[in-house]
Amino acid sequence: MANVVHIMERYEPGSGLKKALSQSRQDVIRTVRESGIKGRGGAGFPTAVKWNLCAVVQSEKKFIVCNADEGEPGTFKDRLLLAERTDALFDGITIGGYAIGAKLGIIYLRAEYTYMRPGLEAKLAERRTSGLLGTSILGSGCNFDIEVRMGAGAYVCGEETALIQSLEGNRGEPRNRPPYPVNTGLVGAPTSVNNVETLIACAHILAKGPEWFRKFGTEASTGTKLLSISGDCKKPGVYEVPWGISLADVIDLCGGEGAKAVQVGGASGRTVPAAQFRRKLGFEDLATGGSIIIIGPERDLLDVAENFLDFFVEESCGQCTPCREGNPKLLEGVQLLKHGKCSIGYLRELQGLGRTMQAASKCGLGQSSANAFLDITEHFRSEILGRVSERGQGSGAREQGRAS
Amino acid sequence: MLATERESLRHEIAELAEKFEHKRDGMMPMLETIQEKYRCVSDFAMQEVARQLGVFPTEVYGVVSFYSFLSTEPKGKFVIRLCRTLSCDFAGKREVARQLENELGIRFGETTKDRLFSLEYCNCLGMCDNGPALLVNNDVYTRVHPELVSDILEKYRRMFGPASQLEEMEAHHA
Ligand SMILES: Cc1cc2nc3c(=O)[nH]c(=O)nc-3n(C[C@H](O)[C@H](O)[C@H](O)COP(=O)(O)O)c2cc1C
Ligand code: SF4
Ligand code: FES
Repeated sequence: MANVVHIMERYEPGSGLKKALSQSRQDVIRTVRESGIKGRGGAGFPTAVKWNLCAVVQSEKKFIVCNADEGEPGTFKDRLLLAERTDALFDGITIGGYAIGAKLGIIYLRAEYTYMRPGLEAKLAERRTSGLLGTSILGSGCNFDIEVRMGAGAYVCGEETALIQSLEGNRGEPRNRPPYPVNTGLVGAPTSVNNVETLIACAHILAKGPEWFRKFGTEASTGTKLLSISGDCKKPGVYEVPWGISLADVIDLCGGEGAKAVQVGGASGRTVPAAQFRRKLGFEDLATGGSIIIIGPERDLLDVAENFLDFFVEESCGQCTPCREGNPKLLEGVQLLKHGKCSIGYLRELQGLGRTMQAASKCGLGQSSANAFLDITEHFRSEILGRVSERGQGSGAREQGRAS
Repeated sequence: MLATERESLRHEIAELAEKFEHKRDGMMPMLETIQEKYRCVSDFAMQEVARQLGVFPTEVYGVVSFYSFLSTEPKGKFVIRLCRTLSCDFAGKREVARQLENELGIRFGETTKDRLFSLEYCNCLGMCDNGPALLVNNDVYTRVHPELVSDILEKYRRMFGPASQLEEMEAHHA
C-alpha cells in the first residue's frame, strides 16, 4: 500500500544519540530545525523552537519531560511505541536533554499504563550498564539519567502545565501561560515537554539526517505521522502514514468503507462528515495527535456527542467557568436533542455557548471540548432535529460511578 | 484502626517521606504507594503525609480527591475499570457492563461485600483497536465479551482464596 510507510521501524539503538553527542548542542537543535518537525502530541509546536528556548536560558537545573499520558480518546500509538520502540525513545529523550542542557529526563506515564513500568525500568537499567545513560554517556562527558513517574488517572494532566503541577505533587490544574514551561517549568526550572512520538522521530532525524525526514510529508507538515485507528473498520490498529494523506485514503487503509463521519483528533478533535473526506491530515488542514475513529453508517451521532461530553464533564479540572459550566450545559442539550425536545433557538444558544468555550477557556481541554458538538450540530442537522422521543431512550444512558 | 496499626502506618509514611527528602514533589509517589497497599488514602494517612511534607492536610485532600486512581474510601482488593469511551462503546462495552454487574451483584461505583471487587468506569485505556477493554488493578484485558467476564473474575477470586479470610485481613485496615 503506497500510503503506508515504515520509517520509524528500523532503528539502531544508540545511533542517533552517538551522532548527537559528537556535535555541539546548537548543531543538534539546527538538525532538528532543518527537519521541520512539529510536536506530535497535538498542538504542533516546532520542536526545535521549544528546545532552543529551553537551551538559551541560563540555569543550573533543567528538565526534559516525555509526555506519556496518552489519554485522548482513540489514541494508542504511544502505548505501542513505549513497548516496542523503547531504545529510540530513550535515545530521543537523551538527545533532547543534551540539546537543552538537562541532566534529568522524566517520563510521565499514565496510571492506566502501570503494567508497562517494569519493562521501561528494566530497559533503563540496561542502558545504565551499557553506558547509554548515567555519567559521561558514551565517553562524551555528558551526564544524563531518566526516571519514570506515574500519573494517577486524570486526562487533563496530559496538558503540559497540568502535567508539571502533577509532578510537583499538586492537583493537575493547568497554569496560566506565560510563563511557559521552557522558562518556568518543573520546580521553576526550564522544562521541555515533548510527546513520545516526537522524541522518537528526533532520534531518527539525528541518525539519518533532516533531508531524509523531509522526503516524507508536505512542506508545512514534514515527516510521517502515526495514526491510531479504531471504530467501525475492518483493520483497526496503528498505521504510519506521510502527512498530507486524505481521509478517503485513511478509510481505504483500514477498511472503513461506508463511514458517515470520521472523528479526527479524538474527543477534542473534529467530526468530519463524509462529504469532506477529501480533506487532508496535516498542520495545513486537519492537524491531529493521531486519533482516528471511524463512525459507521448505523451510528447515532448524538450518542457520539454524548459520549464525548460525558468525558469532558468528568475530566474538566473545574478551574474556569466556561469549561466547568459549559460542558454540562452542552451535555444536557444533547440529551434534549435525543429526546426531540430542543428548539432551534435553544440549539443556536448552545452553539454560541460552544464558541464562547472555545474562545474563553483557560486550557486546551475547554478550548476544544465543544468541537464535536459544534461539528455534529452543523453537519448533521437532518439527523438530529425533530426526533421522536422514543429514539433517544435507552441508548447511551449516562454512566455513573466513576471513582472520586 | 488499632493504635499499633496507626503507629506502623505513621512509621511507613515517615520512611516514604525520608525517601523523597520531605519534598513536595514526592507527594504523588507517596500517595500512590499508600493507595496501592491500603487501597485508599485514609484521613489519618493524609494528615501524616501533610505533616511529613510540611503542608496543610487540606492540600493533600485536594490532591487525593483530584485523581481517579486515588481514593479516600477503601476500594476492593481488585478494582475493575471498564473503559466507557467511544471506541469501546462501539465495540460492545454496554453488554460487558451489564454482565459485570450481574456477576458481581453490584452496580458501577460500588464494592462487593467481601471487599474483593470494586467496579468503576474509566476513560480510554489506549486499547481502542481491541475494545472493549478493562483493567483489573494493573492488568489489562481486551476484546472482552460477556462470556469472558466470569472467567476473568474467577481468576481473581481463586488468586485470593475464600472471601472470609480476606475479610478478616481487610477488617484491620478499615
Ligand atoms: C487536555 C490536554 C491533554 C493533552 N494530552 C496530551 C497527551 O496525552 N500527550 C501529549 O503528548 N500531549 C498532550 N497534550 C499536549 C501537551 O500539552 C503538549 O502540547 C505536548 O505534550 C507537547 O509535546 P509535542 O510538542 O511533542 O507535541 C494535551 C493537551 C491538552 C490541552
Ligand atoms: S479549560 Fe477546563 S480543564 Fe482547562 S483549566 Fe479550564 S476548567 Fe480546567
Ligand atoms: S476507547 Fe476504550 S480503550 Fe480507547
